[in-house]
Amino acid sequence: MHKFLIRSFVSSLVLLFTLTVAAVAKDVKAAFVYIGPTGDHGWTYQHDVGRKAVEAAGFKTTYVEGVPESADAERVLRQLANSGHDVIFTTSFGYMNPTNKVAKEFPNVKFEHATGYKREHPNVSTYAARFYEGRTILGTIAGTMTKSNVIGYVASFPIPEVIRGINSFTLAAQKVNPNIKTKIVWAFTWYDPGKEAEAAKALIDQGADVIAQHTDSTAIVQMAEKAGVYAFGQASDMDKFAPKAVLTSVENNWGPYYVDRVKAVANGTWNQKDTWHGIGDGMVVISDLDSQMPADLRSKVKKLQADLASGKVHSFTGPIYDQKGNLMVAEGKTADDGMLAGMMTYVKGVEGDIPK
Amino acid sequence: MIKIVKRDQPSRAIFFFTPVLAIFLTLVAGGLIFFILGFKPFEALKFFFIVPIADKYGFSELLLKATPLCLIAIGLSFCFKSNNWNIGAEGQLTFGAIVSGGVALLFYEQEGFYILPIVILAGAIGGMLYASIPAILKTYFNTNEILVSLMLVYVSKLILDYLVVGPWSNPEGFNFPETRQFSDSAKLPLLFEGLRIHAGIFLALAAVVISWFVFYKTYLGFQMKVSGFSLKTAKYAGYKGKKMIILVFLISGACAGLAGVGEITGPIGQLHREISPDYGFTAIIVAFLGRLHPVGIIFASLVVAITYLGAETAQIFMQIPKYTGQVFQGMILFFLLASDYLLFFKIKFIGSKK
Repeated sequence: MHKFLIRSFVSSLVLLFTLTVAAVAKDVKAAFVYIGPTGDHGWTYQHDVGRKAVEAAGFKTTYVEGVPESADAERVLRQLANSGHDVIFTTSFGYMNPTNKVAKEFPNVKFEHATGYKREHPNVSTYAARFYEGRTILGTIAGTMTKSNVIGYVASFPIPEVIRGINSFTLAAQKVNPNIKTKIVWAFTWYDPGKEAEAAKALIDQGADVIAQHTDSTAIVQMAEKAGVYAFGQASDMDKFAPKAVLTSVENNWGPYYVDRVKAVANGTWNQKDTWHGIGDGMVVISDLDSQMPADLRSKVKKLQADLASGKVHSFTGPIYDQKGNLMVAEGKTADDGMLAGMMTYVKGVEGDIPK
Repeated sequence: MIKIVKRDQPSRAIFFFTPVLAIFLTLVAGGLIFFILGFKPFEALKFFFIVPIADKYGFSELLLKATPLCLIAIGLSFCFKSNNWNIGAEGQLTFGAIVSGGVALLFYEQEGFYILPIVILAGAIGGMLYASIPAILKTYFNTNEILVSLMLVYVSKLILDYLVVGPWSNPEGFNFPETRQFSDSAKLPLLFEGLRIHAGIFLALAAVVISWFVFYKTYLGFQMKVSGFSLKTAKYAGYKGKKMIILVFLISGACAGLAGVGEITGPIGQLHREISPDYGFTAIIVAFLGRLHPVGIIFASLVVAITYLGAETAQIFMQIPKYTGQVFQGMILFFLLASDYLLFFKIKFIGSKK
C-alpha cells in the first residue's frame, strides 16, 4: 500500500511535469532542411541528432532530407514556412540565398542558416561552429603520434572553412613536432565514400601514417583501419567504424544551440544574431581519447581542450607565417574573426598550392 | 492455359497505352511500398500526387519543374528517334549554363533589353558545342556516343566546380563557391507576381511545336525515323548519315543548354556548384515515358515533375523518406520497359477443352 502510494505519487509528478513541458512548448514547430541523408554518419546525421534534442525538449519538429542546393531549396523552404513552422534551420551553405529570399516573404517565421554570412532580413540569423579549435587538438595528437612525420589530410573544397582547418591542424602539429609535413588531397566532395577512400589510399601510399579528414563519410577511417594507420573521426564519433585507427573524433554538437533558439522563439525572445561557437560553448566536442595514446599526451590534450574552452589558448596565435615566409599574424597577437572568416592562404609547412 | 504469341506487328494502341499502364502499376506498387513501410497507402499517395499541386503556387512549381525536363526530353527525342544514344544531356545542360552564366557575368550590374537574348543564345551555343564532341567523335572516329557523352557529364561538372571556386567566384563572397548574382536584365522575366514560373516555359513550348513539325512534316523527320528503324535501310536510301548524326546532337545539346539557362537565369540567378538535380538524366525517363512524341513528352514531364514535389510534401507532412521520389522515378521506367513486352508479344488464354 505504502509502495503503491509512492509510486502513484511519483508517476503523477512525472505526468504533471510532462504536461507542464507540453504547455510551455505551446505550438512552436521547428523545421530542419538537410543537404544529405540523415544516415550519413557525418554532417546531416549530427544536425538530426540536434533536431532530436529539440523533440526531447518537448517541441514538434519536421525535417526534409536530401534537398539539393538547386532551385528546389526555395520551394521546400516556402512550403515549410507556409505549413505552420515557426523556425526553420537550413543546414548547408548553399541554402543562403534561398533562405534570405523566403525570409523576406515570411517575416513572422524565424530562419536560422548554418555556415553562411547573409542576414538580409531581421528574421534571419546565422550560426556556425569553430571547428578549427577541434583541429588544433587533432594536430597536437597527429604531430605526437606520427613516426613518418608525414600527415595526410583529405580536404573537400578550397573554401575558408577548410583552409582554416588545415592551417589550425598544421600549426598545432608543428608546435609538438617541427619536422612534420601536411600533405593535402582535394576530394572536391563533401560526401562520396568511394572518392574519399581513394584519397586516403593515395596519402597512405605517400607515407602518411596519420590521416585527417574534412569530408563526411566513414570511408577514410575504415581505409586507415585496413592500412594500419591512425585517423580521426569527422562530425560524429566514428570510433565504432574503425576502433583501432580512430584516435578521437571532433563532434558537431548542434543540440544545445537548437534547443536554445527554439525555446527563444517559444518565449518570444528570439533575436537576430550571428553565432560562432567553439569548444567553450559546447558546439564542438572532442570524443573519448583512445587508450593507444600515451598517458602524458592524453593529459596534455585534456589541458589544451580546457585552455581552448576558456580562451587561454587561441588556435591562431602568432607568429604565423604563410608558405612564402610572409608574416600573417605577429608574435603575441591572435588572428581576429575577420581574418579567420576569409582565410585563403596556407601557413608554412603545408605542402602544395590551394587549387585555383 | 496461357500462351505467349509474338505479334506480327507492334500494336499501335498498346504503344500509347503502356505508359499509362506503367504509371498505374507504379501507383499500385508505390502504395504497396508505403503500406509495407507502415504508412497509410492512400493518404501517402494523396500527399505525393495531389497535395503538392492543389493550389496555384503548387501548380506553378509543377510547371517550373517540368520545364527543363520537357525541354531536354524534346531534344533527346531527336537523338533517340534516329538511333543516337545521347546520355550526356546533363553535361550539355551544365556547359550551356556555364557559357550563358559567363556571358551574364560579363554584363554584371548592366541593364539593357539586348542582354537576355545574348545570354540565352550563349547557353544554346554552349550546349551545342558540348554535344558536338560525342557527335564528331562518333561520325569520324566511330567512338561509342553513350560512353563519350556520359563521361563528359563529369568533365562539365568539374569545369563548373573550377570556375565557381576559382576565377568566377564572387569577390565579395568570402571565397565561397558561387558567382555574383546576375543583373535583372540577364534574368528571365517572371510570368506572375509571387510565383517562380518564368518565361523559360515558352522556350519549352516552342521546342514542342517545332519538334512536332520536324518529326511529322519534314523530310528530315522522315530520315530520322528511317534511320531509327534500320541504319542499313537509311544507307541504301542514300541519306547522309553523318550530317544527320551531328544535326540531332546539336539540336539535343541546344535544348539541354537552354534548360540550363532557364535554371540559372530563372529561379537560381547565379552560378554555383549545384544547378541541376540531374535533370539531364531524369529527362531520359521522360523522353521514353512520352514515347518520343512531343505531346507525350509534355505529359510525361508533368508526371515525373510531380514525383519531385510529392517526395518533399510527403516528407514534410508524413515523414516519408524523401528518397522515395527517386524510387518512383525508377519504378515508372521499370514498368514501362517491362510492359513494352506487350508491344511485341500478346498473351493468349487458351481453354483446355478443344
